[in-house]
Amino acid sequence: MRISVTVNDTVRTDDVEPRLLLGQYLREVAGLTGTKIGCDTSSCGACTVLLDGESVKSCTMLAVQADGTSVTTIEGLAGDGEFHPVQAAFREHHGLQCGFCTAGMVMAVVSLLDEVPNPTERDVRLGLEGNLCRCTGYHNIVQAVLAAAGGATT
Amino acid sequence: MIPAPFEYVRAETADEALDALVEHGDDAKLLAGGMSLLPLMKLRLATPSVLVDIGRLRDLSYVRDGGDHIAIGAMTRHRDLETSALLAEQCDAIRAVAGEVGDNQVRHRGTIGGSVAHGDPASDLPAVLLALDATFIVRGSAGERAIAASDFFEGFLETALRPDELLAEIRVPKLAAARSSYQKFNRRAQDWAIVGAVAVRADSAAARVALVNMATTPLRAVAVEAALADGATIADAAQHAADDTDPPSDLNATPEFREHLARVLVRRALEAAS
Repeated sequence: MRISVTVNDTVRTDDVEPRLLLGQYLREVAGLTGTKIGCDTSSCGACTVLLDGESVKSCTMLAVQADGTSVTTIEGLAGDGEFHPVQAAFREHHGLQCGFCTAGMVMAVVSLLDEVPNPTERDVRLGLEGNLCRCTGYHNIVQAVLAAAGGATT
Repeated sequence: MIPAPFEYVRAETADEALDALVEHGDDAKLLAGGMSLLPLMKLRLATPSVLVDIGRLRDLSYVRDGGDHIAIGAMTRHRDLETSALLAEQCDAIRAVAGEVGDNQVRHRGTIGGSVAHGDPASDLPAVLLALDATFIVRGSAGERAIAASDFFEGFLETALRPDELLAEIRVPKLAAARSSYQKFNRRAQDWAIVGAVAVRADSAAARVALVNMATTPLRAVAVEAALADGATIADAAQHAADDTDPPSDLNATPEFREHLARVLVRRALEAAS
């Protein structure tokens, strides 16, 4: 099936098998390997990308379902050599250890802060329940999110 | 994990979806948000040969005042239920339970109709719809029919939906003054409920109580409701929470542990809704 997807502001048109998952499409067809496939069962959130601005797990979505939508991956977040404020906050607060969950975590945070611009610590922890960090580095991740939210409102 | 090959049909209207179901019969499966079906297909526990995508039927995505009830389109996403001002005002139990489904990413894709039609006894929304005596409006090639929630869930992943039917709308009563509580017990934040209990109290004497994952279908806690109607205290009524249940046994819990959880969670739900 022929699909047309805007990936990081660039329109792509590809012929794909209906069973191709969005995560595979992004990594193997579009060559954007920043998005990770972790548990592959919709639990860990490493594969999180934005679909029309909202976080989704790309391992549990077909590429054909994304036809006509706009997808943003971690590669599309920084602009003109400048980190996105969430990326900058993760670096500043060391919101990562091994880094495997980071791309998905950052995308989930961008979506969360869009919906809840001034979250409490509890909002952040609940809002990220779909993203697992196996290094268990949650403390600094939460600090980074709170800092990014504060930065965005000043 | 990649699903087995299938033919993909994207329905632009409900009639197109129904035509595809008639044409392909039992081989076809409707795809809504895909949050339950796609994981099953990836594990090859489900291998439909035709997938009819109804995820774009935006005319089935709404929360409306239906006069004596609230009408919810089957393709309404959990996220849109969770943030619905109309539900918050008129039927807050649905809004609150929708916010407990999965995680943000799941709630951005999953739909109330998909959750109901999937018929999983561990799902959150079917139990609250059962407690509210919801009505499901179902469309088929022969026309439309209404199914009471109490007649809808027939067995594990089995519902009263026929292979050529589509769930179009869910109707719930207006309960502006009701208090409700959903108590969900799980080990990891985003998991399915090991056991869940929902209580809705429209007035201090009566309560509607339903259970998640205590049988092959969602269940009304009939014995608890009867005890409360007879004047029992919450603590005494909650002791009946596991009556007439058939809880599953799995890695997470034995049937005995689930029975204990049901009694505790029903008590907490009733207390919180009082």
